Amino acid sequence: MNQSLKIADKIFSSRLFTGTGKFSSTKVMEETILASGSELVTVALKRVAHQHIENDQLLAHLNHAHIHLLPNTSGVRTAKEAIYAAELAREALETNWLKLEIHPDPKYLMPDPIETLAAAAALVKLGFTVLPYCHADPVLCKRLEEAGVAAVMPLGAPIGSNQGLTTLTMLEIIIQQSTIPVIIDAGIGKPSQAAQAMEMGADAVLINTALATAHDPKAMAIAFKQAVEAGRLAYELGGLAPVNNHHAVASSPLTSFLNTI
Amino acid sequence: MLFTEVFNRYQWDKEHASIYAKTAEEVIRALSRHSRTWEDFKALISPAAFPFLEQMAQLSQRETQKRFGKTIQLYAPLYLSNECQNICTYCGFSLDNKIPRKTLTALEILQEIAVLKEMGYEHVLLVTGEAQQLVGMDYFKQMLPLIKKHFAHIALEVQPLDEEDYVTLHRLGVNTVLVYQETYHQEDYKLHHPKGKKSNFNYRLETPDRLGRAGIHKIGLGALLGLDDWRTDSAFTALHLQYLEKQYWQSRFSISFPRLRPHAGGLEPKTVINDAELVQLICAWRLFNGEVELSMSTRESETFRDHIIKLGITSISAGSKTNPGGYAVAPQSLEQFEIDDSRSPAEIATVIQKAGYEPVWKDWDPSLQTI
Repeated sequence: MNQSLKIADKIFSSRLFTGTGKFSSTKVMEETILASGSELVTVALKRVAHQHIENDQLLAHLNHAHIHLLPNTSGVRTAKEAIYAAELAREALETNWLKLEIHPDPKYLMPDPIETLAAAAALVKLGFTVLPYCHADPVLCKRLEEAGVAAVMPLGAPIGSNQGLTTLTMLEIIIQQSTIPVIIDAGIGKPSQAAQAMEMGADAVLINTALATAHDPKAMAIAFKQAVEAGRLAYELGGLAPVNNHHAVASSPLTSFLNTI
Repeated sequence: MLFTEVFNRYQWDKEHASIYAKTAEEVIRALSRHSRTWEDFKALISPAAFPFLEQMAQLSQRETQKRFGKTIQLYAPLYLSNECQNICTYCGFSLDNKIPRKTLTALEILQEIAVLKEMGYEHVLLVTGEAQQLVGMDYFKQMLPLIKKHFAHIALEVQPLDEEDYVTLHRLGVNTVLVYQETYHQEDYKLHHPKGKKSNFNYRLETPDRLGRAGIHKIGLGALLGLDDWRTDSAFTALHLQYLEKQYWQSRFSISFPRLRPHAGGLEPKTVINDAELVQLICAWRLFNGEVELSMSTRESETFRDHIIKLGITSISAGSKTNPGGYAVAPQSLEQFEIDDSRSPAEIATVIQKAGYEPVWKDWDPSLQTI
């Protein structure tokens, strides 16, 4: 059993966060999310019929006591648009939680660091619990932390690319420096990559494409669940077996002078 | 969040016991990692790591060169005053020591500076005791503009101050502030600091927090090794550093290794850290943190200093005087602590060069610190 994870005022026993896009049906989506054990699920405001929330099919399939919704601002291109979308999401989904996503570029969906930082600072002041999607940029993550966000969500690789932790070196620095939870978002394509992220100390991972587009999303959700748990366990135990380093010992030892003092 | 909150989650006795229970297997594991945890640090300073000293030294040298290259920075202390309102059982300037007290005037400071400049110094460490009325903020405000003109880098080792004072000092050109906790053993701290402002353990413990908040570029930490169990004190110093690095990510940090040694009439150390153990400690620090600066004073012997420059140390003092006026004004006055290595800065520079390293005299510029 892994240690629980606290983000802002909520406690999660699962460190696998999921999304709702790209599934073949809302039914498959629901089964997959339930199989994953995920307790935090991100929903794009653009997908929700926020004016008639009671009739929304997507939300109907997410109506489980253990599942918290994390509305996201996917589609906005500026801080101003993000703040407006956040207000709408807060009203429609009755949660202060927000995954802040600002990607003005429609091809790679790269997050805009400048707009994201500005929006994060403003949204924190407006009382939101902000989880920004951002580049694996250690300084940006510290600046977001100073702006008061509840966690950072640096990318492992371009979103939807399933390439794994191509930003590994930067993620390690981010994890090492952060005083708030670090959730690796975007790019994780395989359970082994999720395990790798957890082994190195990530607090959680967010997986969507790798589940939604798997041959059997429900089975893949179980595989990811186990991978996340295994990776976390290895991290918590902190006792990976030693890697066999063959350090050559110099012919003139550095400490022999101690015999002469 | 302040360090006291983190500190209060730990118990001295428990950490002490866990360090002494570390096994060779845990040391091997710590050595094999590419980034090391606080528990690894505890293993590396434990008695179980002692047989691995040579391997630690090799790794420490490699790690240090990776970050700092083959360079050693030189600095000199400039004692401005030995006035002190504190009683510290181990210190020559303690209030209860009947010694002539002196605070340098502006003119005398200039005389001292002339000698340091002649030696080639650009990095200076200003030192005082704690006497708020005589050597408080008013004195610093008056003297710093005078001193600043002559040096590229100013460090301060004075009494702990409030956050706003540090902001002011930073504006006046102070780049680095050193505040040693002396010991993280709360009860023994009180025994060694029975009187004066220094007796407030928590105020001292939170000083690096105030420095970080005030935007001081570099913060120096350390424990007086031997005042209590040096291993446990070092473990708490490492915990402190680990916390500060995360909290004040724009600050740099340095660690010093003053050790209390048995001498006639002086305070008996509770535990003695010998030369080999000091090497072990320095290497453990480097293996725990590749970026932290490690500093060595002239308290240590010539042989020790000659060899330690290759093992992880990044800055070193030379030709130091630890009495106010020691360079020019009053060379015969009482020193704060005894100097073991009295060779001149030029001699030390030659030693550094012979070891294959470059002595660095200037590694900062006041123009980089204008706001």
